[in-house]
Amino acid sequence: MALLEVRDLRVQFETPDGVVQAVNGIDFDVHAGETLAVVGESGAGKSQLVMAIMGLLAENGSATGKAEFEGRDLMQMSAKELNRIRGRQIAMIFQDPMTSLNPFLTIEKQMTEVVMHHQGLRKDEARAHAVEMLRAVRIPDPEERVKQYPHEYSGGMRQRVMIAMGLLCEPDLLIADEPSTALDVTVQAQITQLVGELRDKSNMSVILITHDLAVVAEICDRIIVMYAGEMVETGTVEDIFYRPRHPYTQGLLASVPRLDRLSDDDLHAIPGNPPNLLDLPTGCRFRDRCEKAAEVCRQVPPLQVLDDGCMSRCFIDMKSGEILSVADVPSPDDAGDDPVMEGRE
Amino acid sequence: MSQPVLRVQDLAVNFRSHTGGLFRRQERVLRAVNGISFELHPGETLGIVGESGSGKSTLARAILGLISPNRGRVMWKGENLTELDEEELRQKRKEIQIVFQDPVASLNPRMTAGDIISEPLWTFYPNMARLQVEERTRGMMKVVGLLPNQINRYPHEFSGGQCQRIGIARALVLNPQLVICDEPVSALDVSIQAQIITLLKDLQKKLGLALLFVAHDLSVVKHISDRVMVMYMGCAMEVSQRDVLYRRPLHPYTSALMKSVPIPDPKLAAAARQDSWLTGDMPSPYNPPKGCIFHTRCPYKVKRCEADVPALRRMEQGDWVACHRAEDLDLSI
Repeated sequence: MALLEVRDLRVQFETPDGVVQAVNGIDFDVHAGETLAVVGESGAGKSQLVMAIMGLLAENGSATGKAEFEGRDLMQMSAKELNRIRGRQIAMIFQDPMTSLNPFLTIEKQMTEVVMHHQGLRKDEARAHAVEMLRAVRIPDPEERVKQYPHEYSGGMRQRVMIAMGLLCEPDLLIADEPSTALDVTVQAQITQLVGELRDKSNMSVILITHDLAVVAEICDRIIVMYAGEMVETGTVEDIFYRPRHPYTQGLLASVPRLDRLSDDDLHAIPGNPPNLLDLPTGCRFRDRCEKAAEVCRQVPPLQVLDDGCMSRCFIDMKSGEILSVADVPSPDDAGDDPVMEGRE
Repeated sequence: MSQPVLRVQDLAVNFRSHTGGLFRRQERVLRAVNGISFELHPGETLGIVGESGSGKSTLARAILGLISPNRGRVMWKGENLTELDEEELRQKRKEIQIVFQDPVASLNPRMTAGDIISEPLWTFYPNMARLQVEERTRGMMKVVGLLPNQINRYPHEFSGGQCQRIGIARALVLNPQLVICDEPVSALDVSIQAQIITLLKDLQKKLGLALLFVAHDLSVVKHISDRVMVMYMGCAMEVSQRDVLYRRPLHPYTSALMKSVPIPDPKLAAAARQDSWLTGDMPSPYNPPKGCIFHTRCPYKVKRCEADVPALRRMEQGDWVACHRAEDLDLSI
């Protein structure tokens, strides 16, 4: 059984301009010890997806669907029940280490609070545990540094403190929302490697959210690519990096600037901008930025599923690379066996 | 070659702060920019790269006169900007403009795109006819890839990449000769970054701009720079022609920065990690290491590096490096 099973998760926000469908029916599993990356541009809904799972949506947001953690649906839980799980079994690291720490409290105070609350440790035990965790994330001289305030730490060290705080209760699942985006490129690698090492040591599962595929190349097992609230492609790390099927995934990969190649012709962007969720194109949501878009893309593209679990929401056939015609796409009711097709709605 | 438009000479900026409370007050000096010199020609781009705390943004601000330097000169077409009074300096801003890092936070949310882009025109040419201002604003929007009919929209109606286009239009509306870009793409999605870099490159070609392009990531400045300066703790470690720097960096720190750029390929990324060695944080800037400022993190250091400060010296092919061992290290990629 999967540790986390998410089915048909939908998130919407009431805004003055109308209802925004930020996440539109996402399914995925996270198994024990597995690292899942959720990749997409701003506005793809990747952060809102995990915020919904954690019960942390803004006041104008609401979510439907199922998110079963160890067999219990997080979406149906009361705040009190959630509080017993959040921080203890599921921990979250937020994007911006500068604003996620309380500037008025010492690192010690902020770290011991968590374990004293969740695990009922005494103050000195909690302190020893905090120091130990800081050492695990390689904060030099942790006995002294634990007494300091966040402003006395560098950006990279603050993010390491955030990771240490997330790991204090030895969670089964760690959710990291762009943990290295606000950091220097030199520190980014250290932070992602650290998450990978700590995962290997404790067999916890990790959900990593990012807009930059390069950052997760080395440490994730499976990848979900999101666009405009939908999953457009999913597969193993090898599938996504070496056999990307969806033009959007191909675009994300090509847009990573590379220094390991000397050629000059590798500056690629995905043209256009992510769509306004209130004014989506009909049919394929990516079609007005897609270089391979055809007439058929005005229709809603099928979700193709291969035997090995790879999926792509596109008219381009996952096996042959040919553009399917609408007639080839079976309706959800008479879904064929191979490849299986699912309509969107 | 043409005369340089900008000549920065031995520029230094110190920040003072104190510790120790009221009675044991001790002043500390942070040398944010420590003797930087370079020249920039019309139509040329200099990339300035370094980690946070390397002084690259402070350098950019000191050139603009937003911070007054403690030492050194900023020669703009033969005139020393650091000696000008406020009004004279303000007039120079017609010629020197800046694009900021955070495209959303640097735009006033209560002004429309049109107001934001035309504001510099109203400031510097208060007598310009309304029609002419609007025409110029719409024209500028077209140049940066925005639709002129978006003129009355507010920043929140634009995506991050589009907001940065507004920021660029605002910087260019006065026809400047030098534009300083302070991490113009680091807040944008990777998929959009190349759009903005290509836009800046095209505009530079079209308008003959000189560009200073500040970034923390060597991969970002690769395509737009003619030369790249790598900074560490306020000092220039290397100033090289682009093709030299990306093929055979002269300074170990440059090489380390290059190796830290993530590779979108799981197998190559694993191999590259075996090869990278830049660990730990920068030392405290209040108490910088003696000798070579980088020796505490450098795997190639020898005894001499702990005692002697390496001067920024000119190599055979005209590139500059501050490393005692530049000749005997081969850091080719």
